[in-house]
Amino acid sequence: MPKNAQPLEGVRDSVSPSDADPEQPAGNVRPPADSASALQSESGALPDDAAAPSAAPSYRRRRQMQVPLLFLSVFIIATCGLGYELIAGTVASYLLGDSVTQFSTAIGLYLFALGIGAYLSRFFDREDELTTRFIDIELAVALLGGFAAAILMLTFAHAAWFRPVLYSVIVATGTLVGLEVPLLLRILRRSMEFKELVARVLTVDYVGSLAASLLFPLLLVPRLGLVRTSLLFGLLNAAVGLWGTFLLRDSLRRVVALRLRCLLVLGALLAGFAFADHITSLAEDGLYADDVILSRNSPYQRIVITRGKSSFQLFLNGNLQFSSADEYRYHEALVHPAMLKAQRQQGRAPQRVLILGGGDGLAARELLRYGSIDEITMIDLDPVMTELARTFPLLKEQNNASLSSTKVHVHNADAMQWLEEHARKRDPRRWDVAVIDFPDPSSFAVGKLYTTHFYRLLRGALAPGGTAVVQSTSPLFARRSFWCIVRTLEEGGFFAYPYHAFVPSFGEWGYVLAVPRPTGLAAAGQTQPLLDFPSASLPPGLRYIDDAMLRALFVLSPDMRRPTREAGEASDDSELVPNRLNNQILVSYYEREWKRWN
Amino acid sequence: MARLPTASSGGPSRRDVLAAGLASLSAGCLPRRDPGLGHIRGEILGPSDGRGHSLRDGGEGLRGRAIAEQERVDVAILGGGVAGLSAAWRLSRAGLDHFRVLELEDELGGTSRPGENHVTTYPWGAHYLPVPSRNLDALCELLRELDILRGFDAGGRALCREETLCRAPQERVFFKGRWYEGLYLRVGASAEDQRQFERFHDEVSRWVKAVSSDGRRAFSLPRAHSAPEVAAELDQLTMATYLDRLGLSSWRLRWYVDYACRDDFGLRATQCSAWAGMHYFAARLLHGDDSPPEVLTWPEGNGYLVRRLAQHVGDESASRRGRLRPRSLVVDVRALPNAGPGADTVEVLYLDLSQDPDPRKAPLCSLRARRAIWALPAFLRRHVLADYRQRPDSVPAWLQQFTYAPWLVANLTLRRAHAAPVAAAPVSVSARGAGFPPCWDNVLIESPSLGYVVATHQREAPIVPRSQGGDGQPRTVWTYYLPLSDGDPKDERARLLKLSWADARDRVLADLGRAEPTVRRDTERIDFFRWGHGMVRPVPGLLTGAALAQAALPRGGVHFAHSDLSGMALFEEAHHAGVRAAEEVLTALDASFEPWA
Repeated sequence: MPKNAQPLEGVRDSVSPSDADPEQPAGNVRPPADSASALQSESGALPDDAAAPSAAPSYRRRRQMQVPLLFLSVFIIATCGLGYELIAGTVASYLLGDSVTQFSTAIGLYLFALGIGAYLSRFFDREDELTTRFIDIELAVALLGGFAAAILMLTFAHAAWFRPVLYSVIVATGTLVGLEVPLLLRILRRSMEFKELVARVLTVDYVGSLAASLLFPLLLVPRLGLVRTSLLFGLLNAAVGLWGTFLLRDSLRRVVALRLRCLLVLGALLAGFAFADHITSLAEDGLYADDVILSRNSPYQRIVITRGKSSFQLFLNGNLQFSSADEYRYHEALVHPAMLKAQRQQGRAPQRVLILGGGDGLAARELLRYGSIDEITMIDLDPVMTELARTFPLLKEQNNASLSSTKVHVHNADAMQWLEEHARKRDPRRWDVAVIDFPDPSSFAVGKLYTTHFYRLLRGALAPGGTAVVQSTSPLFARRSFWCIVRTLEEGGFFAYPYHAFVPSFGEWGYVLAVPRPTGLAAAGQTQPLLDFPSASLPPGLRYIDDAMLRALFVLSPDMRRPTREAGEASDDSELVPNRLNNQILVSYYEREWKRWN
Repeated sequence: MARLPTASSGGPSRRDVLAAGLASLSAGCLPRRDPGLGHIRGEILGPSDGRGHSLRDGGEGLRGRAIAEQERVDVAILGGGVAGLSAAWRLSRAGLDHFRVLELEDELGGTSRPGENHVTTYPWGAHYLPVPSRNLDALCELLRELDILRGFDAGGRALCREETLCRAPQERVFFKGRWYEGLYLRVGASAEDQRQFERFHDEVSRWVKAVSSDGRRAFSLPRAHSAPEVAAELDQLTMATYLDRLGLSSWRLRWYVDYACRDDFGLRATQCSAWAGMHYFAARLLHGDDSPPEVLTWPEGNGYLVRRLAQHVGDESASRRGRLRPRSLVVDVRALPNAGPGADTVEVLYLDLSQDPDPRKAPLCSLRARRAIWALPAFLRRHVLADYRQRPDSVPAWLQQFTYAPWLVANLTLRRAHAAPVAAAPVSVSARGAGFPPCWDNVLIESPSLGYVVATHQREAPIVPRSQGGDGQPRTVWTYYLPLSDGDPKDERARLLKLSWADARDRVLADLGRAEPTVRRDTERIDFFRWGHGMVRPVPGLLTGAALAQAALPRGGVHFAHSDLSGMALFEEAHHAGVRAAEEVLTALDASFEPWA
């Protein structure tokens, strides 16, 4: 976005009769109190009467040597100015989603702040301090702009604070940057005529903008990440400030103190650059295809959210949990078959639902489509995850603020211990539907949540006619693991109905619908009943599941079906062993199978 | 792969040096205190050696005072460990509830005693029980009563509730910077190592099948059901010599066997009877079934069984007037003049330390009983049994054969999670970081210790969030076991008792630190138990000699029950001994019962 709104208010004063004379140095109208002297530092004498023809040749020669250097500063300043703008826009759209709105808002606000800066520049009255102020402003821009991304990254997780901080940073940076060019024009105006000055400054400004807008997405952010890019712009600004103390030293007061300040700011930015990894987890950026916009360590896991062009993704310990682009497929397939099955079995719409895992709030979103549900109890281990799902804007938007619903009660607990307590305390609560949405059984800590012991406890928490559904990894990529879960559910006292959905981010994905098998005399010799669903009972607004698709989900292609010895499949271990606490066989199945694909 | 010198092959290794360092615990030549451990708290908690030693050192002054209280019961049970509580349980199951259990310590359980802190319960000693085979009738009955055992499968294997079985992953070993699954180090094994491993396995199988002419197994649990004559020659050898004779020199096999001896008996393979060593491997295997039984465990180890037993046999649990009497120091056991059938035969004098913890001031109480069950270690007999005490020359020589291995047990409270992160990457199980993920039992190969067992393996400790006054950090407790098996047990015991808390802390952290680099940082607290007489030592000659049988014979009105009567400190043996002694008493008292022992 070009800074074409750069006002030239500060230039107005410099318009003078002498503009008409191309040979006249711009500084001849008033006694050059400060700035032009910098261009004459070699002579040591201020051109008190710059109009004197004798001074003109040497003056011009020196100007020819030094003006390009000053314009290089303008170029750098322009590059940095646009850089901050891009950072603000990028961070806002990364973190708050809806990139059109966020980018427009951030850029608009930034440009408006440039105007504020330009307007404020008229209050810098004392011409003799103009250069000093300019360098101070460079340093302020360097600090604020340089640390802008870091500040925003550190505050964004606290959503309540994030927007005020974001907009304050944008306005403050914009205002400071807005001061730069007017002051620079005033400093330079005496060294050249106005039309040349405006032409050159604006040209360099726009070229700098082009440089920034190309470097930013192509080189800087991919290589350095947002935080270091922001710090790099700050370093450039501070360097311009330091350099200015040399270029403009004759018009400066207390040069030593000023240089010290420059060095301090440079030092702070360099330290920030060196420790950027500690500010956020930039080191992780390389692990993910897209930019990391959030990474949090909870006591249980590392939570990372990345953002690509049109979607964002949630990773737990590096494993993709969902992509906003296609999670509706996953979650619709997870929730709706179980809801309908429970309705069929109970002869009424389910009212009480238990979610185990599912801390992202997306399964809850699907459940809240049913008006019949009065209460959803969610048991998720990680308070950091559920808190993010409740407050982090992108997640909150994606889950439709489901975790803030008065119907949803979140308990942060280990699901197995919670179920054990439920059984031990003879808790009378029972649930019509249980949605089990744990991460894949890739570690023993998660594998225990897929055991016969766990499913027996689960069975005890279901109301008569209740139904459970278990996300069950991929029946294609991890076929044995998938069928091990089926086998474990059967061993745990359920009729199991395996099904699948295609989720582009994951590939073929598997679930098991589980209905408690009757016990006692009635159970003797009972075979698994056929699956049927009530028709026309799905809530409106679904994108993946309809009545026809509902049935299609339960059709598995031969390469995903239960491995059999006869088929010669999985010859190494064709008898599936149920996953128990004391064998955790599923974790080894899972590890073996996924290794083939990684 | 470099060969690790073993006991029989070559010069000192790092392990030996470390072992020597640990063996010289507090021997006055300690390295300088480890700085940077100031954040770690803890203390030496027990057992109460001062109380026990007053028996040895207190003289007759302990018994000379006036009797403050008198009581009479049917059975006095001396010792509230597994044997004593099992005896009480057996009496109780036969309807005989008029008994007292006198226990020196504040808490019942002996070396199966549980501990507890704000994180979890944890063991102070024995921490698991293999699922018993069907022939252990009494133990199966107990487990059924506690709703742990649900029945038997067609092959006679006990079926236990899934949540009481030790969860996977169970064991790993640390070697040269990495953890590996299992206890036997398979990685890097040569063809010869493998051959020797199989050879040893064949030898075990041979003994599993071996039976006497009357059909008793050569190695069985309880030991009393074995046919010792079948493998009597093994009790003349040490396990190390036995392996030498079999031509088994593979260091990893020898380490494994040595570990087994230290784990079960607190002895090195060079000290342990080959009979005991083979019993470890063969007794729990069923004929034709190669896989060893699953193990039952709880966060507090066998302390769980102790607590449940105490609940089942106690009344007003552990109150001063109840059946179970902790803080009771038995100082005298004497036979009463025979006053005819049904009369009291034994008088037990004990100091009631619950009224005054100082044995010199505590009131002396008298407990008269028709029978007494001695569920204390045999070495105490000469300090307590009146006739031995009064006539030291009458102490039989076989009593000297009972020697005991000292142990140091540490419980470390750590600020870290036990298990791998919830959603570890798919290949995390074997391929990441320091190797195989944390297990229940974590064993260090190059260490004199047995490594550590994780109390939160069976049940994770909940994380207390800040909002509830916690700090939101996961915590766990590790129980670290160090058998002091290198020197003479008396010397080792003397060193152990001189060991200060800070010395012990430094040693434990140095040992664990090799495998767990952040242990120094993560440890918040270390507490210790110094078990001076931790386990009876099955040295060659004890198990097939006369001492065990002699020691189990009733004397006067006293019946004997303790794991040391089997020569092996196992839960099954302690339970069996308690039940057997209780059944002797039931017979003597003419009670009707169906024998289990």
